[in-house]
Amino acid sequence: MTGAEALAAPAPPTAPRRNESSASWRLIDRLGLAFAWFLGVIFCLITAALVLYLFVQGIRYLRPSLLVTNPTAGYNESQTGGFFDPLLDTVVIAVMSMAIAIPIGIAIAVWLSEFGRPSALARVVESTIEMLAGTPSILLALFGTLLFEAPWLGFLSRTSGGVVYGRSFFAAAAMLSLLALPLVVTSVREGLQAIPSHVREASYAVGKTKSATTRRVLLPAARPAVLTGSMLGLGRVIGDTAIVVLLLGNTLTNVPSGSVPILSMLRGTGSTLTSYIFYNAPTGDGDQPGKAYAAAFVLLLMVLALNLGVDRAGRRGRDLRWSS
Amino acid sequence: MVVGLVLAMFVFVLHEAWPSFAHNGLHWFGAGGNVDNQIDAIYTSGDNAARAVYTFHAWPLIWSTILIVGGAALIAFVCSLFVAVFIVEFAPEWMRAMLQPVVRLLAMVPSVVYGLLGVLVLVPFINNDLISAHSKASVSPIITLDGYSLLAAVVILAVMIAPLMIAIFVNGLRAVPRGWLEGSLALGINPWRTMWKVGVRTARPALFAGTVIANARGVGEAVMLSMVSGSVGFAPNPADGLAFIYEPSRPIAATIIDNVDQLTSPPMRHTLYALGAVLLFSAAMLSFAGWLAKQPLRRYGVLA
Repeated sequence: MTGAEALAAPAPPTAPRRNESSASWRLIDRLGLAFAWFLGVIFCLITAALVLYLFVQGIRYLRPSLLVTNPTAGYNESQTGGFFDPLLDTVVIAVMSMAIAIPIGIAIAVWLSEFGRPSALARVVESTIEMLAGTPSILLALFGTLLFEAPWLGFLSRTSGGVVYGRSFFAAAAMLSLLALPLVVTSVREGLQAIPSHVREASYAVGKTKSATTRRVLLPAARPAVLTGSMLGLGRVIGDTAIVVLLLGNTLTNVPSGSVPILSMLRGTGSTLTSYIFYNAPTGDGDQPGKAYAAAFVLLLMVLALNLGVDRAGRRGRDLRWSS
Repeated sequence: MVVGLVLAMFVFVLHEAWPSFAHNGLHWFGAGGNVDNQIDAIYTSGDNAARAVYTFHAWPLIWSTILIVGGAALIAFVCSLFVAVFIVEFAPEWMRAMLQPVVRLLAMVPSVVYGLLGVLVLVPFINNDLISAHSKASVSPIITLDGYSLLAAVVILAVMIAPLMIAIFVNGLRAVPRGWLEGSLALGINPWRTMWKVGVRTARPALFAGTVIANARGVGEAVMLSMVSGSVGFAPNPADGLAFIYEPSRPIAATIIDNVDQLTSPPMRHTLYALGAVLLFSAAMLSFAGWLAKQPLRRYGVLA
């Protein structure tokens, strides 16, 4: 290479040269590397196939009218209507459960990472959160059924003759928020721990109290982490089926309970996109695969949007990286 | 408050489950009779509190859970380990930039969508192209093979839990101190060997923790498995040869979600909560094991 060429070529990045030729390796090592490549490509292919297939099927079956009509019972695709109520309920449920999960999650994360006294209690809370993350959603659903059938929580759902039905938007949202909680806590905690201690000390030095520091300095700095955590949690909330099937009543359309406009809907039952898909899959009672594909397509679009959001938030978090 | 809630969950579920355990003793976990018939008998006896039936032998459901989760965890573990090593050390920049969103997306796709694709794509494929008429005939006196099978459940569950494992494995491998790897490289050992002999060994606790957490997810997966596993209370029998992997079954969590509308019958309710209690216990033990496994990492100051 002549000097002129070297100057013309862009400076190579200073990344450590990892990928030197593997030709000198033993055969078995080269086979292993090839296998790793193969699996990596397979994973991309699986995802691409999944997304593309749902896109194709979604475009085939999705009609704008599906989005604004309600499901009805019927025997073929033209009779069963659309999924306006499930779509609406998905949004309502997502908003409600995140409204519970985000404040509690942030509070727990701040307490764990900034205060954490007594430390024994902090450790218990920490492992409880970890266990909550590992608890299957079907168990939360079973527990929720027990909890919301208790008489003193009867005002949250339909009651007939003293028997509490225990299925409502409130019940489902409360349990779904438990599903999102560990993700929010973990993410916010990581965000707070990534803030170097000199930032806190600078805040103390200008006379701010600990709580003011947390509120004014640490939480704004951890905002990308809060965003990431809530979006991951949201992903789990809109993707969960078991809790919705058990606790939202799984009725085709919204069945309000009571006469107060909004409250009656929230006390009533309904279904979300996931339970709609479950119902319309060939194994469910509805058996309308076309409708299920269309709903799955809408759901996948939501998940893709969330995924993109997580990516964005992550990038913003990286831009904010503290130079120490 | 959260601690109290989780404690309350244990207490409530166990309390509700107790009658079923109490009536069956250890036979609860044993084999015997047809589970589906037992479930029917329990459900219909709910009308009459005096003659409530509790006889229940959950072995086919437990066996199905073990087979499906074990199989999926095995496949997912091998794949995830290779992919994690690949992402951390060997993938070129563009490949890494592609794999990370891919893995996150796979983890975020709702299980019901996996179930739908399984039912509409994988199950017909297995039924039409993989199962030979010979294997169908060989087990036809006992069970019909129609594509809803162990194989479908294991494959889809593996795809579902692999992203979880990959995420935790990657964190673990990234946390391996750079100097340890460079020490090995300096001795002239090639990067691939180094990664496996030093990196993977150091990250062993993270590997264990990831596997265990993914298992907990798999054990609790109800919706997808209820859709593709066939939902028959049948214990697949390895003695059937190759037809074994095509046999339908139904794991514990799927049983609960299949029978939720029977919660109104008191004995059935107790039985379902007993199944839930088994799930809760195994999930709690798995996450406890995962937590224990992370402790040695912490001692080295390696935070995963």
